[in-house]
Amino acid sequence: MDAEIDPSSAAAARRFDIEFQLLIDAIYHLYHYDFRNYAQASLRRRLKTAVGRFHCETVSQLQDRLMREPQVFPALLDHLTVQVSEMFRDPSYYRSLREHVVPLLRTYPSLKVWVAGCSAGEEAYSLAILLREEGLLPRTLIYATDINPHTLQRAEAGIYPIDRIAGFTLNHRDSGATSSLSDYYTAAYGWAIFDKALKDHIVFSDHSLATDSVFAEVQMVSCRNVLIYFNQDLQDRALGLFRDSLCRNGFLGIGSKESLRFSSQADAFEILVRADRIYRKIAAI
Amino acid sequence: MNLAAVVRRNIEAVVIGASAGGIQALSEILPALAPDATVAVFVVIHLPRDRPSLLVEVFSRRCALRVREAEDKEPVMAGTVYFAPANYHLLLEEGPHLALSADDLVHHARPAIDVLFESAAEVYRERLLGIILTGANEDGADGLAAVHDAGGMTVVQEPQSAYSSLMVLSALARRSPDLVLPLGGIAELLRSLN
Repeated sequence: MDAEIDPSSAAAARRFDIEFQLLIDAIYHLYHYDFRNYAQASLRRRLKTAVGRFHCETVSQLQDRLMREPQVFPALLDHLTVQVSEMFRDPSYYRSLREHVVPLLRTYPSLKVWVAGCSAGEEAYSLAILLREEGLLPRTLIYATDINPHTLQRAEAGIYPIDRIAGFTLNHRDSGATSSLSDYYTAAYGWAIFDKALKDHIVFSDHSLATDSVFAEVQMVSCRNVLIYFNQDLQDRALGLFRDSLCRNGFLGIGSKESLRFSSQADAFEILVRADRIYRKIAAI
Repeated sequence: MNLAAVVRRNIEAVVIGASAGGIQALSEILPALAPDATVAVFVVIHLPRDRPSLLVEVFSRRCALRVREAEDKEPVMAGTVYFAPANYHLLLEEGPHLALSADDLVHHARPAIDVLFESAAEVYRERLLGIILTGANEDGADGLAAVHDAGGMTVVQEPQSAYSSLMVLSALARRSPDLVLPLGGIAELLRSLN
């Protein structure tokens, strides 16, 4: 039998579209978090799973709770934004940083590095460890920013479940490590807590690539697997912030499957290491 | 539904999901796509997450259509086979264009078949064909149900012919598909697409 288009399914899809837009608008107006220019498909997927997790039948019910129960928004923000990453995710990225970027970073008397969208801190600690191994950490300040205050607290604590450490250790080893990852954490009661000596060089701070502006001049921006969650307009905005934050010839690293190819900011950067998506800001003409 | 009925339907895109035994199964069906076909084909196959996928090299040699690894924000080109990259979910956005995400594993998998199928169903609706092949995982059952519910066409590999039948049995348990076919039949179906 030929499948007919189910009109109730089309109506349900249209209803979800409307509810989705209304919820995103409600979050913006009530809590000033702007998801309006996030990539739709993955955000819609997260929102669909949020409906069940918050014991609601529909997005509208979730919106009602969101607007009347103050404890709902922080939990929903976690659900919509939290990213589980790994330390030294894509070890070849870090190998390329050592090989192609670190020699140039050495020429600066002091360094500022911006980890944009730091989530639970894995990337910020990875860079701190790499810079420590390369002898650059003492003169470096890392700005690790995220929109989610709860995630920032976790990042600042630098505590990870011990069962994740084995994967981190393998990645670290493959990143061209000159030390052992165990030099940088203390394990106890099923958790690993990373060293204060690393944290002393990291400032964790609230910053939105959607609504905030440039806050410092930096030599390098590392923003991995964040841009894929933005639509093209918001991606262009974020890349504009990176361009304006970077010093002349500063470095930009993005996720291994992200690209500047479709961005209006593509001309502001040149490729330094294609395979690992490391770019350099082109000096303004 | 017979092949003639399929040809009459205006299929614009095909989503294919496979796990264990999937590369062999895809080798038997993807080369059947006609060189002048205008459908876009999106494939998720479960592979190790810690190394780059070689699927594009493997299938470029065997397919008449252009074969690419999906890139984030890339506009969908007609007559192209896209593979999800290792360790990223592949999704479809309005446009249509491609999107990647590093969201949590779904059914222990990234890329996950459900994520691709559910997002493609929203974009292509009744113009989508979803195919579930061999695999030892329940991923894909929800996704194929979403394709069905959006009015798309659904095909499941005949369980007896699957290298591993859990994935197709899970899909069959969830919704009754339009067609249950051995790989040869699925190849015929793909050959008939414009």
